[in-house]
Amino acid sequence: MTDAANTPAPSDMTPAKGSLHVLDARTKKRNAAEARFRIYGLSAVVIGLVFLVVLLTTILSNGVGAFQQTFISAQVYLDPAKLDKKGERDIEDIKKVSTFGYTPLIQQALFDKVQELGVETPLDSAKDMKALISASAAAIVRDEVIANPDLIGQTVEFRLLAASRVDGYLKGRVTREAVARDKNIDAEHLDLVDALREAGVIAKGFNLSFITGADASESRPEQAGLGVSMLGSFFMMLVVLALSLPIGVAASIYLEEFAPKNRLTDIIEVNISNLAAVPSIVFGILGLAVFIQFMHLPQSAPLVGGLVLTLMTLPTIIISTRASLKAVPPSIRDAALGVGASKMQSVFHHVLPLAMPGILTGTIIGLAQALGETAPLLLIGMVGYIATNYPDGLAGGFVDPNSAMPAQIYEWAKRADPAYYERAWGGIIILLVFLMTMNIIAILLRRRFERRW
Amino acid sequence: MYDAVNTEQSVQQTETKISARNVQVYYGDTHAIKDVDVDIADKTVTAFIGPSGCGKSTFLRCLNRMNDTIDICRVEGRIELDGEDIYDPKVDPVQLRAKVGMVFQKPNPFPKSIYDNIAYGPRIHGMARNKAELDEIVERALRRGAIWDEVKDRLDAPGTGLSGGQQQRLCIARAVATEPEVLLMDEPCSALDPIATAQVEELIDELRQNYSVVIVTHSMQQAARVSQKTAFFHLGNLVEFGDTSQIFTNPEDPRTESYITGRIG
Ligand SMILES: Nc1ncnc2c1ncn2[C@@H]1O[C@H](COP(=O)(O)OP(=O)(O)OP(=O)(O)O)[C@@H](O)[C@H]1O
Ligand SMILES: [Mg+2]
Repeated sequence: MTDAANTPAPSDMTPAKGSLHVLDARTKKRNAAEARFRIYGLSAVVIGLVFLVVLLTTILSNGVGAFQQTFISAQVYLDPAKLDKKGERDIEDIKKVSTFGYTPLIQQALFDKVQELGVETPLDSAKDMKALISASAAAIVRDEVIANPDLIGQTVEFRLLAASRVDGYLKGRVTREAVARDKNIDAEHLDLVDALREAGVIAKGFNLSFITGADASESRPEQAGLGVSMLGSFFMMLVVLALSLPIGVAASIYLEEFAPKNRLTDIIEVNISNLAAVPSIVFGILGLAVFIQFMHLPQSAPLVGGLVLTLMTLPTIIISTRASLKAVPPSIRDAALGVGASKMQSVFHHVLPLAMPGILTGTIIGLAQALGETAPLLLIGMVGYIATNYPDGLAGGFVDPNSAMPAQIYEWAKRADPAYYERAWGGIIILLVFLMTMNIIAILLRRRFERRW
Repeated sequence: MYDAVNTEQSVQQTETKISARNVQVYYGDTHAIKDVDVDIADKTVTAFIGPSGCGKSTFLRCLNRMNDTIDICRVEGRIELDGEDIYDPKVDPVQLRAKVGMVFQKPNPFPKSIYDNIAYGPRIHGMARNKAELDEIVERALRRGAIWDEVKDRLDAPGTGLSGGQQQRLCIARAVATEPEVLLMDEPCSALDPIATAQVEELIDELRQNYSVVIVTHSMQQAARVSQKTAFFHLGNLVEFGDTSQIFTNPEDPRTESYITGRIG
């Protein structure tokens, strides 16, 4: 080594092939291309985010209303002369009194309240209160009395559901202009509502029964809830999970690890990929033909819905399971075989645990897809008016007619009353919460299984 | 250059462990192994040398039927272990592989703890009746793999978290834990530093007391140091097979000579 090599280059030396301090034309062009690409990418992300924000704000602003409901508090005198004529407190007798027996008591209670507050109003009879109170309020009071007959003869404080129009007025959905053409309610009633709201008799509160309740008839949107169809969805998901996970994983393991690679397995493979792209309505009509018309399973039952959704979910699970099995390095299989493990031991002891995060993610995404699926349910009658209450027991849950969350939302969106429109949005919020939860579970499971190594 | 050879002159006459006759291997239409006849002696280290792609690994994998896992691979001819044809339809390759263990070119520990890596084989073969016995097997194997001192305090740590060389010694320990009769090693030292290599070579020499060891290597020195028999492969043919000292000092075939002197390969 000479000294010259160690001393810094003198300034009069010029690099042979151009200075590093000057960008040459090619480098400039490449850098410009890269900068352009970054801008494209960034704008794509921004556009996507904007859409997401718009979507979420729309859903939230339209849907939060459904989680609030207007209630009227009133002290109802449960008149024994009307509710239990014989006075024996015999539950059978009490049950004979229908909601029509209760309606006048409730109207009277509210009318008394108005008189007591001294509100000035041209409405001068208890019957005029009808427009303010939900038709289902009587049913709620009656249920309470049947559950607890000792209440008869007492004056009991009730939080009664307000009529849908009153609810809409409080939420700003029903305006005075619109009321002019409305036969359900008029301006005098709205004046009374204003006064009662001032007095704290009418107020908005959290709407638990929207989450837990059943669907209601076209004319009683204030009572409709998503609870029963949530149960329907739940039972369907149980069926889907119980069938598609074992079948899908077993099929993928067989195809990926054990099946000979020949024309037949190639055809099967292509068909599975194609099945994943088949429109879901096709599965619906298949379910109608096979499960209902041929096998005579009950219509509108979560069992059938679950079977149809299983058909739909299977390809998703098989494809993702096979992909994650493929991603396990072959050296692991060699290692297991090398110490004398059988094929099956190598798969179940080594390959499957490594593929687990992928399998679980695929399964949960498949389930989430199935949970949001509507079209096939329309064909097997899992959409419609299910106002009955909860199925009585686990077995009933699978075979009793029910709806599902997305089908219920579709049903509400179809109805004419704008109050139902609000509930459809609210239902979508609940559905999204479920989907988000499932995705979070998928992520957590993934982390948990991956963090082991 | 090959002084070490002289120290290994005394090769005892031992019985044949594996005998291969007229072996052909095809990958689809490619004829990867052609007419190979070889006798692998018991309690001996046999080295397979030859240029890259000549079929050393392929032939090695025939000896414990690992080639069964490659769909397009077809093996013809007769390979006997202790006089029994290992390609007989009655033979379960799983049983065979318990007798003929293998260490692969790339370290491939299971993504499990160091302990479980070693214990897996003994467990599935039912070699330990209780935890204490298993612990003993694991310790013995790790000691023989020349890695015990480095891992004895972290047996619960993942095997994949070790360095490349440690992983390879772990794999060797895993292979000896099941007490195979034959140990096949495909370039076991290609990821190791000289110190670890020396340890593995020492281990191989020790294993020779009980087992038959077949090692594929690209290092002439290593072949000369550890083996008593050497087989030279070239383009799928077994060109020359004989005592290591003989091959390295006085090869018969000109191809062998040019390979070991560095002219082909
Ligand atoms: N899975 C396979 N499919 C098709 N051809 C293969 C396969 N494995 C090996 N071959 C071919 O068989 C021939 C022998 O390969 P092999 O791996 O046995 O060589 P090798 O001697 O071990 O080489 P190296 O020293 O580089 O490891 C090569 O021509 C290779 O291309
Ligand atoms: Mg090789």
